[in-house]
Formats: sequence, C-alpha cells, structure tokens
Amino acid sequence: MLGKLTWSAIPFDQPIPLVAAALVGVVLLGIIAWVAVAGWLPYLWREWITSVDHKRIGVMYVLLGLVMLIRGFSDAILMRSHQALAYNALGYLPPEHYDQIFSAHGTIMIFFGAMPFMIGLMNFVVPLQLGVRDVAFPTLNSVSFWLTATGALLVNVSLVVGEFARTGWWPAPPLSETTYSPGVGVDYYLWAIQISGIGTLMSGVNLVTTILKMRAPGMSYLRMPMFCWTALASNLLIIAAFPILTATLAMLTLDRYLGFHFFTDEAGGNSMLFMNLFWAWGHPEVYILALPAYGIFSEVISTFSGKPLFAYRSMVWATLAICLLSFTVWLHHFFTMGPGGDVNGVFGITSMIIAVPTGVKIFDWMFTMYGGRVRFTTPMLWSVAFLVTFVVGGATGVLLAIPPADFVLHNSLFLVAHFHNVIVSAVVFAAFAGYAYWFPKAFGFTLDERWGKAAFWFSLVGYVWVFTPLYVVGLMGMTRRMQHFSVAEWYPWIVAASLGVIVMAVGVVCQVVQLVVSIRRREQLRDLTGDPWDGRSLEWATASPPPSFNFAVMPHVEGEEAYWAIKQRAREQARLREEPDYEPVEMPLNSPTGFVCAFFATLVGFAMIWHIWWLAALGLAGAFATFVAFAWRDRVEYEIPADAVARINRENRASRLDALQQARRKEAA
Amino acid sequence: MSSSAAIPGGLPDVVPMRRDPNHLGHHAAGEGESRATGHGTGGPSSKRIVVAYGFWIFLLSDIVMFAAFFAAFAVLRGGTAGGPTGAELFDIANVAIETVLLLLSSFACGVATLALNARRALLFQAAMAVTFLLGAGFLALELREFTDLVARDAGPTRSAFLSAFFTVVGCHGLHVTAGLLWLLTMMAQVFAKGFRPDILRRVMCFSLFWHALDIVWVAVFTVVYLMGSAA
Repeated sequence: MLGKLTWSAIPFDQPIPLVAAALVGVVLLGIIAWVAVAGWLPYLWREWITSVDHKRIGVMYVLLGLVMLIRGFSDAILMRSHQALAYNALGYLPPEHYDQIFSAHGTIMIFFGAMPFMIGLMNFVVPLQLGVRDVAFPTLNSVSFWLTATGALLVNVSLVVGEFARTGWWPAPPLSETTYSPGVGVDYYLWAIQISGIGTLMSGVNLVTTILKMRAPGMSYLRMPMFCWTALASNLLIIAAFPILTATLAMLTLDRYLGFHFFTDEAGGNSMLFMNLFWAWGHPEVYILALPAYGIFSEVISTFSGKPLFAYRSMVWATLAICLLSFTVWLHHFFTMGPGGDVNGVFGITSMIIAVPTGVKIFDWMFTMYGGRVRFTTPMLWSVAFLVTFVVGGATGVLLAIPPADFVLHNSLFLVAHFHNVIVSAVVFAAFAGYAYWFPKAFGFTLDERWGKAAFWFSLVGYVWVFTPLYVVGLMGMTRRMQHFSVAEWYPWIVAASLGVIVMAVGVVCQVVQLVVSIRRREQLRDLTGDPWDGRSLEWATASPPPSFNFAVMPHVEGEEAYWAIKQRAREQARLREEPDYEPVEMPLNSPTGFVCAFFATLVGFAMIWHIWWLAALGLAGAFATFVAFAWRDRVEYEIPADAVARINRENRASRLDALQQARRKEAA
Repeated sequence: MSSSAAIPGGLPDVVPMRRDPNHLGHHAAGEGESRATGHGTGGPSSKRIVVAYGFWIFLLSDIVMFAAFFAAFAVLRGGTAGGPTGAELFDIANVAIETVLLLLSSFACGVATLALNARRALLFQAAMAVTFLLGAGFLALELREFTDLVARDAGPTRSAFLSAFFTVVGCHGLHVTAGLLWLLTMMAQVFAKGFRPDILRRVMCFSLFWHALDIVWVAVFTVVYLMGSAA
C-alpha cells in the first residue's frame, strides 16, 4: 500500500535534521495559523496563489529563491563548522549525513535558490521593460512557478522522510546507481529536479515567446534594454539545454527503477555517457544563471552612473557570443577522465575563449561608470563589488581551463573556491542588486539603505574571507567533500574559512532585518512617482507598484532608452505628454490550474520516490483532468473599463507632475 | 508623465477576422486580429501567432530531448553485452507498416485541419477519427514488437543497446499515446464548443505536434532501425 515507506524512513536517531525540521515546521505552522486567524487566506488564494499576473508570479519566484538561498546557506554553515571540528577528529556529522548535506547544498543553491531568483526577476521585469501587459502565456507561467515550488518541497521533505542523495549535486553514476545508492536519496533528487525542470522549460518557452513576439510598438531588437537581451539569451539556453537534462535524468531513472543499463558498469552501460550528457546541460546552466545577472548589472550600472550603457551593441554581441560558446566547453568538466590530449586541448581553448566576450562586458561596465555621475546605492555597491571579485574568479577559471593545471587542481578546494567565486559574485550579487533595484517597483517603497549597505559589506567581507582560504588549501592539495582530515597545514585555513561564514551569516541577518525594517518604515520610504532611481527603461514609466495591466495605453518606443527620452522631453517642457485616449483593457482571469497541477505533481513525485504506484497513477490522472478542466473554461478574461484605467493612470500622472514641478522649483531656487 | 497615444488599436492594417479572446488587452478594439509581427513595428503579435510560435519553440525543445536519446543510442549501439544485435532483432517489414500508418495518420490530420478551416464539423470529426485509428494501429504494432522482443529475452534490461533502443522508440510511443489523448480531447472540445478561436488554436498546436512526431519517427526509422540493423 505505501511501497517502501515505513516508519524507519524517519530518522529518529538523528537529532540535527529532526530538530531543524521541527523548528521549520513550527515556524511554518505558526505563519499559516497567523494568516488564517487574521483572515488572509482568501486574500492569499485570490491575489497570489491563483494569480496569473507576471508581477505576482515574479515576486513569488523571488521569495522562493530567497528562502531557499537561506536554506542552502544553512547547509554551508554545517559544512564549514563541521570541517573546522574535523581535524584529527570525526567532526559532529556522521559521514552519510555530511554527504547528504553537500549534495543538498549544491542542489538547492543552483536549482531552487539561484534559478527561481533569476527567473523571478525576469518574470517581473521583462514584460514591463518591453512595454507589454503580460507574458505570452500567463496561466502556463503560474504552472511553471508552482512546479518549481514542488521540486523545492520534495528536496526539503527528504530532510525528514527518508534521505537525500549522497552523490554530490550531480548524481554521477555508477555511484548513483542502485548498486551503490540503494536508498531513496537519489530518487528524491531525480524527481525534484525532473518536476521543477519541466517548470523551468515552460518558463523558458514563455519568456522567449514574450521577448520575440510581444514587444511594444517601436521596440525593435536594438532598442531593447540590456536585461531583455540577456533574458532572451538565457531563456534560449534553457530551451536548448534543459531537455538534455530531462533526457539524462530519465535515463538514470530507468536504470534505477527498471534495471536498464545506460550508465551501469555491466551489460554494456557507459557512465562517461552520463558525464557528457549531464555537462552538455551543466555548462550552459552556468550561463543560464550568469547572463541575466549580467543584464541586471547593466541596468544598475547605467542607471546609477546616469549614463546610457557604454557600447550597447558590443554588449549585445558579447551576450550572444556567450550564449553560443557556452555549448562548446562542457568537456572541461572531465579533462582528467581520459578524453586524451587533443580533445582536452580543443576544449581548453574554447573554455578560455569565453573570457573574451566576458572581458568585453567588464570593460563596457567600467566605461559606463567612467565620466558618469556615480551614485553608490546598495544595488550599485553590489555591482561594483561584482566587477572586482568576478575578475578574480574569471582568472582562476582561465587557469583551470589549462588541462595540465586542471590535472593538478581538479576536485580540489581550489575548484570549489573558483566556482563559488564566480557564481556568488555574479549570480548572488546580481540577485541582491536586482532585488534592491526593482523592489520599489514591485511594492511601492524602497528598501532601507542603511541595512542594505550593512548586508552588502558583511556579505562581501564574509564571502572573500570564506573562499580565499579555500583557494589556499586547494593549492595545498585538499580535495572537496572531505568528511575529516589530518593535515596540520590545512587546519588554520579551514578555521579561517569557518570564521568567514560567521561574517557572511551576519550579512544574511542584515538582509532579513532590512526587509522587516523597510516594511515597518514603508510610509517614509514610499515611492510616489514610480521612478525612484531616475531610471531609463520603460518599467519606470508606470506607477509603483504597477497596475495589473502595467500600462494604461501601450507605450510607443521611439529610440533607445525608451523612458529616458520621454522623461527628458517632459523636463524640458515642464509638462507631461497629452493625456491618451483610454480604452477598456482585457486581462486574463486568475486560475488555480498551476497550484492544482503542482499538487498532483507533488503526489506523483512523492509516490514515485517511495514506489507507491497507485498514488502515482492517481496523481497523473489528476494532472490530466486539471488540464482538461482548464481547457473547458468558457470565460478566460475580464474587462477593466476605460474609466477605471483612466482613474488609475491619472493618479500616477498627478504625482509625476508634482515631482516634475518640485524639481523645477528646486532648480530655480 | 504617462505613455504616448494608443497605438495598437489604431493600426491601419487591422483585418477583421475572428474574435480573439486571449489578446491580453493589446488590441483595445478587441475584435480584430492585427498583422503585427511582434518585431517592434506594430506592437505585439496576434494571439494566434504567439501561440503557434510558442508551441514551435516547445517542439524544438522536445526534439532536443530526442537528440539526447539518439546520442545515447548511437553511443550504446555496440553495447550488446553478448546479447542479440539490431540486425538479428529488427523486423523491417513491421517497421515499414508502422511508418506507413503514421504517415497516413499525418495526412488524415492534415485533412482534419482543412476541414477545420472550412468549418465542416462532420468532416473534421471523421478525419480526426481516422487519424486516431491510424495512430492507434501504429501504437499496437509497436507494442506487439516490444512484447515480442521481451518474449525472446531481448527486453530493455538485457543490454545497454536494448535499453537505449526501448527508450528512444518508447519515448516516441509515449508521445504518440499523449497525442492520442489530446486528439480525443480536441474532438470532444470541437463537438461541445464548436469552432471557437481558442479551440482552433489548440487544434493547430495539436497538428503541429502530430506532424513533429512524424519528423522524429523518420529519424527513429533511419538511426535506430536502418543504421541499427546494419551494425
């Protein structure tokens, strides 16, 4: 009846996961109870859970990303503190638990921290920057988000029910085959990633279609803001790379569930096939995360330098070059596994070539700042810190791209330091830069700058503090994923890295405090004009938070930096443009399809992990029934009458006119 | 400030076609379908173009997934582990009949699309029913081949070659199964709701899907059966 699921799946003998899970459970139940008592459940259901508005979905993605970043960071604290106590000792984590922690850390950070954060920002910003009212497929967007949430839920359920993979964040066979991983850990990984991967693919299709087919009149390709370009490149990579992951994980699933022989050691299986397929997805994945990050830095640096982006076209070309080149380097992930000197040479060179377009971008950002009026706000601080630290990470990457050097350094903590150096400074810094930059657009008030800067400085110092020692011990020969060690020279560096984690943790606390403080002070921090940073692209042309339909009438784009030109004209003439003719707007109706589908997907995933076949069949049937029910609807849109549109737009016009006149008076005085 | 004057509603080349209920408010007038390309000249494309374009991109991603399975088959083709090879197993005559059935079903699907455009409900249902029968026939032959192989101790667990064979062919078969379910849903929808624009768009996507399965099958036929039995 319940397949492999028995009471022994709950780790009663291990206090750490149980206590952690109990704590999280209590907090979650508390929040749900609080929400229910306050009577907000209908509001949550109506306005958020069933919402198909790209802005709401974007916010929920970012929230999921934030929570999962903290969840992944708690794993990092465990690993660093464990290793600090594991010199000539066993540390405090049993080996099999330690293995689960580093696997969960990587899986959560990549798939459920960084990915939802970036997809969320793209979801929120791209339609606004393109001057349109929603993404191409609003309900599908909701399905994508909730499937991602299903994946995150499954990974976290593994904390209490059963176990997580002990294979590292890429489940390399034959270790991940049933012979060596008989438990449910790898199955949790497979189903969580498979389900959320479908969501990611749908989201990629959605955003590519939006960018290519739904732009406002006049918004030609070379007038699109840089963030839209990088979002396009990133989502093209999602469409081209994620199906490879789906296929690869399906093969591993067949090996584990039905005794197939794709990657086994016997009957002709080939585990190197897994390596090739997995990294054919895995390396583009790096750029799926990094490209939108580059887009965020482009927007932030240009806005806070008060200048157009330097060499916009070269930035576009660099983006597309990275998009293409990202598929030519996967083999550098296994230089040491016997491809031979010639093949290694080719892939070493292609790996280094990526530094060229990336270097172009770095220079473009620096020249954007050069001669500009730079304002060091929190998003700008993250961006400048990225420019400095990312170059270090890039340089160590070029070093690792030299096959002979890689033979010395592969699987060492030097490698770990390198990829954290690039992925934290690019993706995490960009995530926080974008979060602080677009927060006022989403919620109508800015974030508290003082706490934001504190969070920035602690995070930056902590991050350099953690990973610099790891470079050193890596060069000394310490390999990754060690449960304990007995080399005296490594010990002080490992302790130093652990102290750095404490500094980083202070940064995390500051982020949380910043959010709380900002919400409490929201009246003082209110952004009335919709343009708190003196922005340049179209998202700043509408109110903060934007009305559900984004733009009262669709903007007509007449050049690069669509909003800047309009704003300059308004400033020169000291008046706003003529009021447009308002017309009724039709918007898609909310739909619980996404939430219900994800509910059934969770059932399928959980049932498959525990071999509860009837439940899996039930879940599949439920998901299909949901789609049919969705397709059967007769009303799919509602109309916002013209006078409502006019009223909402006039409010925004009034506060903008007010701001304009205040600026004039200040200038005159 | 606010945005400029309303543009999309006032496009000069708005062609009155059929009502487009999902246009997300970008055609304020509501009734027309603009010829905007979405390339920044006239604003967002019509819902019909957006849906077809998005579905094409999805199909491309599906083909990438098949490409990964084909790559695995190519790598593992020699991994027979002392078991039977493709040359010993494949019944090309059976595969030829399968191919004919699938290609004919694509033709029937094309007829259904023509009937849809001509708004001839009866012809549409008949053509879809023929499509279904031909597709189901294809599936039945494939299932017979699979059970036959398993009975001859050449199931997917026998060797890596057979694992890859069952996966790539079976994945196509799963797509056909899903397509048949979708087909029945579309017949029911046209029956219950008539030629509504959103249903027309769905049938259009279904026929894209069905034809794409042909393309994949041609690759399966070539790479798996022809090249596989040569080995």
